[in-house]
Amino acid sequence: MSLWVDKYRPKTLDELSYHEGLTTRMRALANSGDFPHLLVYGPSGAGKKTRISCILRELFGKGVERLKIDQRVFLTPSKRKLDVNIVQSNYHIELTPSDVGNYDRVVIQDLLKEIAQTQQVDLNAKQRFKVVVINEADLLSRDAQAALRRTMEKFMSNMRIILCANSTSRLIAPIKSRCLLMRVAAPSPEEIKTVLQQVAKNVGFDLPPEASEKIAEDSNGNLRKATLVLEALKMQSKDLNSPSLTIPKPDWESYCHKVADLIMSEQTPAKVMEVRGKFYELLSHCIPPTVILKTVAERLVDQMDESLKADVMYWAAFYERRMRMGNKKIFHLEAWVIKVMCLYKHYFFDVDMEDLNAFD
Amino acid sequence: MFGHQQKNAQQAVEERSQPWVEKYRPKTIDDVAAQEHTVSVLRKALTSTNLPHMLFYGPPGTGKTSTILALARQLFGPDNFKSRVLELNASDERGISIVREKVKNFARQTPRAHGAASDGNTYPCPPYKIIILDEADSMTQDAQGALRRIMETYARITRFCLVCNYVTRIIEPLASRCSKFRFKPLDTGSTSARLAQIALSEQVHVTEEVISALVSTSAGDLRRSITYLQSASRLATSTDPPAPIAPRDIQEIAGVVPDEVMKGFALSLGVDSNPSTTSGSKKQNFDSIRQQVKSIMRLGYSAAQVLSQLHDLIIQHPTLTARQKSTCALAFADADHALCDGADEELWVLQLALRVNKAIS
Repeated sequence: MSLWVDKYRPKTLDELSYHEGLTTRMRALANSGDFPHLLVYGPSGAGKKTRISCILRELFGKGVERLKIDQRVFLTPSKRKLDVNIVQSNYHIELTPSDVGNYDRVVIQDLLKEIAQTQQVDLNAKQRFKVVVINEADLLSRDAQAALRRTMEKFMSNMRIILCANSTSRLIAPIKSRCLLMRVAAPSPEEIKTVLQQVAKNVGFDLPPEASEKIAEDSNGNLRKATLVLEALKMQSKDLNSPSLTIPKPDWESYCHKVADLIMSEQTPAKVMEVRGKFYELLSHCIPPTVILKTVAERLVDQMDESLKADVMYWAAFYERRMRMGNKKIFHLEAWVIKVMCLYKHYFFDVDMEDLNAFD
Repeated sequence: MFGHQQKNAQQAVEERSQPWVEKYRPKTIDDVAAQEHTVSVLRKALTSTNLPHMLFYGPPGTGKTSTILALARQLFGPDNFKSRVLELNASDERGISIVREKVKNFARQTPRAHGAASDGNTYPCPPYKIIILDEADSMTQDAQGALRRIMETYARITRFCLVCNYVTRIIEPLASRCSKFRFKPLDTGSTSARLAQIALSEQVHVTEEVISALVSTSAGDLRRSITYLQSASRLATSTDPPAPIAPRDIQEIAGVVPDEVMKGFALSLGVDSNPSTTSGSKKQNFDSIRQQVKSIMRLGYSAAQVLSQLHDLIIQHPTLTARQKSTCALAFADADHALCDGADEELWVLQLALRVNKAIS
């Protein structure tokens, strides 16, 4: 029994429901015989992976769905062993090189060279090339990207690369200029609603429009989340018609909101200690610190005075970046909380913030 | 024999999927677009058969690599090319050990006597070899240091050509041994002429608007505009019936945010792109800006692209004061740095939007 997200995931290009223009382009490219390297980018939950697997299906036929999972060992120059999980079929291979952090260059070089130098032996194969799908391409180190550069040109005859990324900002220009860019935008609420209705029909129940409306609104353009929420709701209550239907927030989210409320309630060192404890709790549950910061900040600006909102966001961005550069996440979360408390308090007592607020 | 056939077939495939950038690389230095000064100096070198060490620098896509390859080809002809030219670029391992071994070994070989060219032309084939170090600015300081002495010792039989984007990254002792050639970004005229020529020989129908879209999105980088043209024609010919290429397609391939979206975003920040209709209050409220940023991020455009386009819009704005513009520029610089560090895109675009709005109101 699989989740609805996987069960009702479109398998062929014909089943894709939104971004029709993109779909026709993909179909045309797959059938033209001159398939370029692709760079598929867009926010999470927009359907990038689904589209990639549909293209593969269109290119190679049913054979690509026979997957096997492999664990490969790579050796770094310093003789350290790296384990990388690889999903592959006869026609394609899928990997996430950023899993191994700084050593991703080794993986890219070794694996791609190996694939590039072997030719397709299956005479019945529809295409002469193999496809390499690289996930999270935006997290590749610069070295790894530079290593891709020449390989992409040199081994064009028996390999194509499909890069999957959230954003193109961190990809170096030479890579971008070698790929055909495909932007997969997040679906609009209407499109999400249609998909949800479709899923409900396939499962065999009636989804009231109000419920789908609510789910679509809550999902923020993330179709995966929307489908998961739908399934969770259906499991919880048989009847989705009741007007009191609320979408349960994940635990960490309500916990983050609690933190925000704490910050608003009182601005004292004691409270900072309390908040710090809560942050630790969240971090130890593997909630990414950026997500924590963003969720708390969003909640804070909802309650704050208009004139303070911009400042809160400014400092959130400021400390988020420091957090990336730094090592210890909790320091920066704390620093931000103290900053916000400071701002809030000064605002209340109407103290001149000239020296405090370096914001322009 | 079987192998031979296979090779031919493979060659045919490669021919077809060969990037146009490679296919239309200039064959002679006279073909090189726009760099008149460099070309005229090098033409002299061709006739006199004497060549200094050279350092080519300039932005990407201006023809640096093409020029040196064309020059080498003209000097040595296709037969001697392999034995006389060593080309190393950033994808090859290029640490100090390679410089010590590979480069040095090649540099100290005495050039072989050249046979008659098989294609009937005569080439000057001067008595030296050329080592091309492409993307030399990514070489380490140590590796560059190791080159210093090699360059002098074997100057009689070997010429070096360093190709790089940033001349400042080349250590001074190396730079002073070379004669420098600056490659400037291509002007609109020569870019569009070259694009039109390629389109003609590939039998792709392009309109004036498409060419101007290509030129404007690539900003003087000929390689980029050719790649875009190829991608666009791939898309266009793969549909049935073949659709004409529209300027919008080019923008989509280049990942450019459409003008309407950008204008809407700017308007929500209080930057009116049409200053004749002066709106009363420029101060926007926080929530509307946040909404705008969210919707732009949901469309999937990259933050860096949004940043650079908003930057162009504001810096070229006719009515904003210089002070406002410089405050905005500060914000842009900050955000760009943060994005390079890998900070969260949405937070930083929002922060930038707020700062711009504050600077303008």
